[in-house]
Amino acid sequence: MTSKTLDGWEIVIGLEVHAELATATKLFSSAQNVFGGEPNTNIDPVSLGLPGSLPVLNQKAVELAIRVGLALNCRVQRSVFARKNYFYPDMPKAYQISQFDLPINEGGWLELPDGQRIGIERAHLEEDTGKSSHVGGGGRIHEADYSLVDYNRAGVPLIEIVGAPDLRSAEEARSYVSELRSILVAIGASDGKMEEGSMRVDCNVSVRPEGSEEFGTRCEVKNINSLRSLGRAIEYEAQRQVDIITSGQEVEQQTRHWDEADGRTHTLRSKEEAFDYRYFPEPDLVPLDPSPEWITEIQESLPELPRQRRINLAEAAGITPQEATLVVERNLDEFAIAVIEKGADPTRVLVHLENNLADGIGELTTESFAELISLETSGDLSATQAKTVLADLADKGGDPKEIAAHHGFEAMDTSELETLIEGILADYPEDWTAFVEGDLEERKKKSGFFVGQVMKMTKGQADGKVVNDILLHRAES
Amino acid sequence: MTVQETVLAIQKGEMKAQEVLESHLKTIQDREEEINAFNLVMTEEAIKEAEKIDSLVAEGKNPGPLTGIPVAVKDNICTQGIPTTCSSNILAGWLPPYDATIVERLRDAGAVIVGKTNLDEFAMGASTENSAFGPTRNPLDTTRVPGGSSGGSAAAVAAGFTPLAIGSDTGGSIRQPAALCGVVGVKPTYGRVSRYGLVAFASSLDQIGPFAETVADAALLLEVISGHDPLDTTSIPEPPLDLSSALTQGVEGLRIGVIDELSGGAIEGISDDVLACLEKAVEALTSAGAIVERTSVPSTVYGLSAYYVIAPAEASSNLARYDGVRFGPRVDAKTTSEMMVATRTAGFGDEVKRRIMLGTYALSAGYYDAYYGKSQKVRTLIMNDFAAAYEKFDLLLSPTAPTTAFPLGDKTEDPLQMYLQDICTISSNLAGHPAMSVPFGQGTDGLPVGIQVLAPATDEHTMFRAGAILEASNQGQS
Repeated sequence: MTSKTLDGWEIVIGLEVHAELATATKLFSSAQNVFGGEPNTNIDPVSLGLPGSLPVLNQKAVELAIRVGLALNCRVQRSVFARKNYFYPDMPKAYQISQFDLPINEGGWLELPDGQRIGIERAHLEEDTGKSSHVGGGGRIHEADYSLVDYNRAGVPLIEIVGAPDLRSAEEARSYVSELRSILVAIGASDGKMEEGSMRVDCNVSVRPEGSEEFGTRCEVKNINSLRSLGRAIEYEAQRQVDIITSGQEVEQQTRHWDEADGRTHTLRSKEEAFDYRYFPEPDLVPLDPSPEWITEIQESLPELPRQRRINLAEAAGITPQEATLVVERNLDEFAIAVIEKGADPTRVLVHLENNLADGIGELTTESFAELISLETSGDLSATQAKTVLADLADKGGDPKEIAAHHGFEAMDTSELETLIEGILADYPEDWTAFVEGDLEERKKKSGFFVGQVMKMTKGQADGKVVNDILLHRAES
Repeated sequence: MTVQETVLAIQKGEMKAQEVLESHLKTIQDREEEINAFNLVMTEEAIKEAEKIDSLVAEGKNPGPLTGIPVAVKDNICTQGIPTTCSSNILAGWLPPYDATIVERLRDAGAVIVGKTNLDEFAMGASTENSAFGPTRNPLDTTRVPGGSSGGSAAAVAAGFTPLAIGSDTGGSIRQPAALCGVVGVKPTYGRVSRYGLVAFASSLDQIGPFAETVADAALLLEVISGHDPLDTTSIPEPPLDLSSALTQGVEGLRIGVIDELSGGAIEGISDDVLACLEKAVEALTSAGAIVERTSVPSTVYGLSAYYVIAPAEASSNLARYDGVRFGPRVDAKTTSEMMVATRTAGFGDEVKRRIMLGTYALSAGYYDAYYGKSQKVRTLIMNDFAAAYEKFDLLLSPTAPTTAFPLGDKTEDPLQMYLQDICTISSNLAGHPAMSVPFGQGTDGLPVGIQVLAPATDEHTMFRAGAILEASNQGQS
C-alpha cells in the first residue's frame, strides 16, 4: 500500500458515501422519486410523515441495495430497519428510517484502479430528508428571516456506503469515490451525480506520525460537493490537524463543515454536542430477509464491473488496467475494444477516446472510427486533420474519406514536404545548426519550432510525425 | 334489535337508514352534553350517508354487511377532511387528507359514521380524563369514568348513541372501558386490523378493534374491518375473519385456563367483587362443557413494568413529528428549535409529556440496554409463558379490569394507580395476542364487571366461542 505523507505524517481517511437509488418511487411510499420539480409536488402522507401514515418498503430499492452489496463484495444478510431520532424541520417524522446494528450489506471491498483493495464496512438502506432553504440573512440559518422546506426529496431511497479507514491520500480518496461512482452507475443503482446531490461524501480524516500503528483522533468533514472539493478538504483538514499536533495541542473529535469559498473546514459540533440518536428497531416494518434464490438471481443479472472491464480493455489494447481507467470511466471501453478488433491501432484509438471525444462519441460508429484511424496510420491524414474529421464524424456521422476530401485534406507527398522543409531550413540557418548540434532537450525545442513553421505554411495539412522524421534524417546524414 | 336484524330490516326496505340514524341522533341530543362521548358529531355528513344508503337500497343494491348502521370512530383514526384531534391541542385544526383503511372499509360496508369519539390524549390513559376536550362520563353513572383510553367509544355504545364503535387498544384501551361501561370490546391479534390511518401511540402494541352491545355485533364489525392491508406491512396476510359459526358453536370440550396471577395470585389489587364474577364465569363455562383449570403465566407480573418502558419509548419517537413545522398550531419563537419546544410545551398535556420524557430516557445512550433492551426480553418471556400455557389450554381467562368504574378524579393525581388499571390487559398487547372483554355480572356497587377471554395469536374464532357462552350465561342470570 502506498502512503502519501505530509512531512513525516500519514493521513488516514475513511469515507461515508450516500447515493440515491434510481427507483421510480420513494423508499416507503408511491410518491415519485425525481430530481427537481416544483417544491412539495412529489409528496404524499407517508413522505410528509402525516399522523397515521405507515411506511411500506419499496422492493426495487431493496433489489438495488443488494446489487450494490454484491458489486462491493459484501455479505448480503437479514436486516432490520431502525429509527434514528432527531429534530430537524426537513425531517418529516423527526426520525429517519435507517438501518443500525443489522445492515443489509456488510463486510466487502472495492478495488482501486491501481490494484489496492479498500474495505467496505457496510452498505445500508435509509431514507433521504427534505431540503431547507433559508430566506434572508445571506441564506445562513442563523441570520435568515424565515426558512422554507421542500419535501420532494424526503423519503428518497439512499444507500449509505461506509468505507474502512484504508485510504492514505486525497488522491486515493478521489480515486475511491470515482471508482465507487463507476460501479454504482454500471450496475444501474444510482446516477451518481454529485452536482445534483444524488451522491454525497462525508469524510473522516485523522493523521498520525508515519510508521505509527495507532489511529489519531478523527474529524468528520461534511458538505463536500465534488471530487475536487474532496481533495481540497482532505488536504486542508490533514494540515490543520498536523499543525495542531506539532504545536503541542490535541486534535478534538469534531464534525466539521467544508467551506468551498474560503477553502477551510469549520467546527459544526464537538463530540459533546453530538446527537444521541436513540436508535431502536422500527416497529412499523418487519425484518428484511431476502431469499438466497433472489440474491442469486440478482448476482447473475449484474453486468461486468469496471474492474473487469479495465482488464478486458488492457488485454485488447496491450496496456495496463490502470491505463484503461479513463476510457472505462467514460463507458467507452466496449467501443474501444470493437474498434481495436477491426484492426485499428490501439494507441491512436485510446488517444482519441481520452482526448478528443470529451462530449461523447455522438454519431461515431466503430466502422467510421476504424477507417479514420487507418487513414491516419497510413499517413493519408495528419493527426491534426484526423482530429478535425473525427469532430465531424462525432457530430454528423458519415464517411471519413468524404469528410477529409470535403475539408480539402490530402496527404502531402513526402518529396513535396522535403522541398518545403529545405526552404525553411535555409531561412533559419542558426536554428538548424542548434538542432543538429543540440542535445535531446534542445532538439525537442527546435523541432517544435520547425514543425510549427511547416504547419503554418501547409495550414496544418502536414503530418508532424513525418516532419520530425525528415528533420532527424537530415541531421544524421 | 341486533345490528344484523337492523341491517336486514333496512335491506328489505322495512326500515330506512335515515330513520335509524335519526333515532340515534335524538339519543345523542338528549344525553351527549352530560356524557361528552364525542369530540365531533358529524350530523350533516351522517345524514347524507344515510340518504345515500337508502337510495342504494331503493335501487335494489346491497350496500354491505353494515347497511345503514351508525358507527362512532375514535378520534385518533384519520377521516379525510374531518378533524382528527387525538383529543390533543397539538392537532387542533388539522384535517387529514386521507381516510384510514378501516374508515374506508366501514364506508364500503354501508356503515354511517356518526362522529369522532373522545379519548385520553393520544390514547394515553385509562379514564378518558386526559382529554383537551374535557372528560367523558360513564353513561351508567355519570359521577364515574368510562375507562380509557377509548372511553368515548365505550360510552357511545353504552349510552345507545351508536350500536357500534371503533376503538384502539395499546395496553387495554378497548377492553378496560368496555368492562367499565358494560359493553363488549375486542382487541384482535396484532396485525389483524390495518393500522393505516391510526395515529400511532406505540406502534408495536397498537391495534384497532370493535365495541358493541353484543358479542355477535362485535363479531360482525370485526369481520368488516379485519383482513390484510398492503398499506400496513405488519398486517397479517389473511382474508377478513369469518366468525359466524363461532357464535353458536359452544365451548364443549374446550380447555380454558384461569390465569392464577390475575385471579387472587401474585398480583394484588383486584377487587373481591370482580373475583366473585370471575368465579361465576368459570362456573358458566364449566356447565357449558368446557374444562376449566387454574394455570400460571408467571411473567405476567412484569408486564406492566415492561409496557411502561416499551410504550413510552415508541411514543417518544412517534410523537416527535408534532413539531409545529407541517401541521397543527405553531407557537412562534426566535429560532426553529425554540419554536419546536414552545409548540410542544403548549400543545401536549401532562400525561403525554410524562411519557415522552420516560421514553426518551429509556432509549438514551447508556440506558438503552438496561431499560428498552431488558423490557424486550421480558416481552419475549411473556410470549414464551403464553406459548407454554397454550400447549395445555385453548383459551385463558381473567378479569378485564381490577375494579368497576371509579369516580372521576379518583386517580388523576396518582399516575401509578391509573397505570394499574391495565394490569390484566397489558400482557396480550406485549404478546400480540387477541383478547376480548365480555360483561359478566356486577360489582357490589351495581356497576358492570368485564371478564377477559384471551386466545393465542390469530385464534379469534375460538375466543368468540367462549365470549358467546359468557354473554348468554350473563343474560340468563340478569
